[in-house]
Amino acid sequence: MSKKTDSNLYTIIFAVIMVVIVGSVLAFFATSLKPNIDENKRIEKQQNILYAMGVNENDEANANFVSTAIAGQEFKKYIKKQLIIQGDKVTEDENAYLIDVKKEQSLAKEGKTRKLPLFVGEKEGKTFYVAPIYGKGLWDAIWGYVSLDENMVIQGAYFDHKGETPGLGANIKQRYFMDDFIGEHLLSEDGEFKGVKVAKGNNDPKNEEKTDYEVDAIAGATITGDGVTAMIKSDLKLYVPYFQSLKN
Amino acid sequence: MGLLSKKDTALLTDPLADNNPITIQVLGICSALAITAELKASIVMAVSVMFVLGLGNVVISLMRNIIPSKIRIIVQLVVVAALVIIVDLVLKAFAYELSKTLSVFVGLIITNCIIMGRFEAFALGNSPWRSFLDGIGNAAGYGLILVIVGFFRELLGSGTLLGFKVLGDPIEKSGLYAIGYENNGFMLLSPMALIVVGMIIWIQRSRNKALIEEN
Repeated sequence: MSKKTDSNLYTIIFAVIMVVIVGSVLAFFATSLKPNIDENKRIEKQQNILYAMGVNENDEANANFVSTAIAGQEFKKYIKKQLIIQGDKVTEDENAYLIDVKKEQSLAKEGKTRKLPLFVGEKEGKTFYVAPIYGKGLWDAIWGYVSLDENMVIQGAYFDHKGETPGLGANIKQRYFMDDFIGEHLLSEDGEFKGVKVAKGNNDPKNEEKTDYEVDAIAGATITGDGVTAMIKSDLKLYVPYFQSLKN
Repeated sequence: MGLLSKKDTALLTDPLADNNPITIQVLGICSALAITAELKASIVMAVSVMFVLGLGNVVISLMRNIIPSKIRIIVQLVVVAALVIIVDLVLKAFAYELSKTLSVFVGLIITNCIIMGRFEAFALGNSPWRSFLDGIGNAAGYGLILVIVGFFRELLGSGTLLGFKVLGDPIEKSGLYAIGYENNGFMLLSPMALIVVGMIIWIQRSRNKALIEEN
């Protein structure tokens, strides 16, 4: 004797009902939580930018952002100007930090001029230029914010990733990796853009050599490291004309 | 007699040793290899799986009499995927930091064969309470192995535990490194996880001969 749950009709009806119920429950959660999630992401961007220019609550070994409660006001306090560079045009826009770098990259691929956001911050009398970068690691997207001085020497860097391997590629967001970039030069002496390479066999674990255009790679994370090299090279290079215009 | 009968207790404790999902049933190996390079990731994964498996087992068990057998695997997948997505969304909205730590695990939880295995083997034929205990027990057994593997891989591979430099600083050459100790970078790669799991299996079977299969 067959059970009633074995019949084809029952199976189809069950499947339809299940899909409708699960679909609506998921849709309900997704839409009702979206404002909170977007707000969290917005605050995180501010925290990232502040982190890159050295406004953070780092302790001896760990990277810590300024707390979410004060991120907004700290952002207003330290970030003096938010610029959008589009071709030769430079405009100010107080929501430049919300620009989706990934979208702009694909616009550029279609032959359009992309918007390059740049955040000018001031801390203790020093000016920082913070630029977002975006690329791909081993499994998924990686991105970051790099703060530069007017000679394109790196003053601070923050990297993050969507799904790199914990303990390996995910370590790009560890202090020991990010701090290595501080002081590295992006330009050669005659002003040519060199970038910074995440290199194996750098033989400089304490990273004392600042003009070799190299930092120490993470063992077991070659492809993530190459991704960091690539996004620094492709994205920061675009800012060279702006930094040249600063000097003239 | 308290809340748990003898049989119920066995549901919780059996998977810890003699019926361990990883070392005896050889389930969930993929995630055990992928994320045990660090102790912290292992612990986070263990807790996440415990949550999803405990809850998922109850849901499947409640539905066990109405699920059509022809599409039961799909139903199980839908349940676990929906649970995981809801948890992920809630964390993103209210515990953003934690959700970022969990990001990679979300996909791994859905595909974890232990979860499907327990739904299929246990929850479909048992009451919700017993299924819940079975889920928690199996997740704990899985987590136990993960933590052991994560402990050795992080200690020997990076010289740290939960990020603390327990063996000294390899760059400053302090602690053990002062006398010439080096980290074994090999431990960070997935094949070494398999070897560590193999060693656990070896130790376990040499202590309990009943586990050795006859050929």
